[in-house]
Amino acid sequence: MIINGVSIDETFAEAFPMKATRAIITAQNEKWAMISAQAMTGFATSVIACGCEAGIERILEPSETPDGRPGVSILIFAMGGKGLAKQLETRAGQCVLTSPTSALFAGIDDGVQIPLGKNLRYFGDGFQTSKKIDGKRYWRVPVMDGEFLTEATTGRVDAVGGGNFLVLAKSQPQALAACEAAIVEMKKMPNVIMPFPGGVVRSGSKVGSKYPALGASTNDAFCPTLKGVTKTDLSPDIESVMEIVIDGLTKEDIDNAMRVGIQAVCDLGAENGIQRISAGNYGGKLGPFHFHLQEIMK
Amino acid sequence: MSALTFTVKQETAQRVDVSPLVCHLLSGLTLAEIAAIELQNGKRKIRTDELFEVSGDDTQNILIKNSYAKLDFIAKELQDGVMTVEGDAGAYFGMSMKSGELTLNGNAGLYAACEMKNGLLTINGNAGDFLGAALPGNKQGMKGGTVLVKGNVGQRAGDHMRRGNMLIEGNAGDYCGSRMVAGTIAVMGTTGKFLGYAMQRGTLLLWQQPTLSATFNDCGSHTLAFLPILFKSFKKLDSKFASESFNRVQRYGGDMAEKGRAEVLVKL
Repeated sequence: MIINGVSIDETFAEAFPMKATRAIITAQNEKWAMISAQAMTGFATSVIACGCEAGIERILEPSETPDGRPGVSILIFAMGGKGLAKQLETRAGQCVLTSPTSALFAGIDDGVQIPLGKNLRYFGDGFQTSKKIDGKRYWRVPVMDGEFLTEATTGRVDAVGGGNFLVLAKSQPQALAACEAAIVEMKKMPNVIMPFPGGVVRSGSKVGSKYPALGASTNDAFCPTLKGVTKTDLSPDIESVMEIVIDGLTKEDIDNAMRVGIQAVCDLGAENGIQRISAGNYGGKLGPFHFHLQEIMK
Repeated sequence: MSALTFTVKQETAQRVDVSPLVCHLLSGLTLAEIAAIELQNGKRKIRTDELFEVSGDDTQNILIKNSYAKLDFIAKELQDGVMTVEGDAGAYFGMSMKSGELTLNGNAGLYAACEMKNGLLTINGNAGDFLGAALPGNKQGMKGGTVLVKGNVGQRAGDHMRRGNMLIEGNAGDYCGSRMVAGTIAVMGTTGKFLGYAMQRGTLLLWQQPTLSATFNDCGSHTLAFLPILFKSFKKLDSKFASESFNRVQRYGGDMAEKGRAEVLVKL
């Protein structure tokens, strides 16, 4: 398959099951909601070492938030329910409770309920009070700038992590420009995050390593500087490869995000140095969800 | 299907316990069986069709017409159905109501909504003392749901209240929120003496500045984020509360003679 001069590999991206939740952070203005959201989703690029993968889903208008203030919705993914609950609580406690004027709400009502502010309330040292409104429990925790309002729980759902595609280009600036264009479009899609810095990964990994202690290592088949010394997957004219990783609440959400992302890259086309689109295929070793590039782009 | 309608033929001299005439107890019964239900009237029992003209067939939608202030226990433990009462109601209106909708187009007597658990109870008139309270000797009053009163309420509204919303468009009598454990009472009109007496937790949300006991302390003026959420939950009500929304309040903490975790919030 070739789109605008860009070859779409006959391969698939592999993804794996995760647990996910959404939280809504509001504040006096969008600036402070975003600061809090950025803090809460910081150091959350990969479950390999961060404990979770998290990102900002979108900015919310005041009319979309529970308390009518500007807000930001974030998604957090982890490999298991326990890990997700721990990350959510730790991050909420250190990054939202502490952030001026913030409030924290559930972004998913269904699913297994996990603590959001349920345990953070104890920071109130006995002065905390609860309100049950329309079946939802809220906690009001007195803090120095007024009151921290948080919903007690949020819903945990089954999700998919690790959807991806690779952008193979003639030069590093061209690969980055294409990925930036893809991210702009993918950020418009609901229920997905691209957890890596700016949504783009330059250090894609393969499963396993020559060092027994490491579960993942550099994807040498796609490293342009190793073209002559390893079993490469790159043609001589490819000088840079970048990856976009997508976590989504469902496989369909990732399908849709990949479609708009790959299309944005292809719109730049071969004339902008984009040669191929490929994917992180680990021979079925990584996960049960397979995203066939050519099927997605049909 | 038409609403199952009980029309009072003639008011009785003695009080009547009409608690058997509630949706979940009448479900599946024929009109003849309903007409034969015995009601306690003073010290004697009367058949339902002695007191009421019975018509209609939808047991989940009950209408009581020409009701008067001696019909006690209307809609006791109501579950899921809809009940509407035209006229006044006696004591214990909607007592221990579990769910559904209950509307009174008249005035209610003592202990309306007492120990209510859930649902929406609307009184389009006045309510007597002990609205949403605990029965004498019991420790927990209303535990959930919403009570809306468009008129005034008597003394001890919300006595021992545990959870839920009590919305009063008119005035509240003395001891409003007394011994309240938790929950929210909102009063648009005036409040009487000894507001929040021995109140442990919970919120009294007021539109008018009250006369407070010395055991309530001023905590200053504040913008509280939960208030818009609370008001948003009132939007669906047919009430003045549906059009209200503010988040600036003067906060008073108390009752310091009790736990001191309750609050009186006065609109600024």
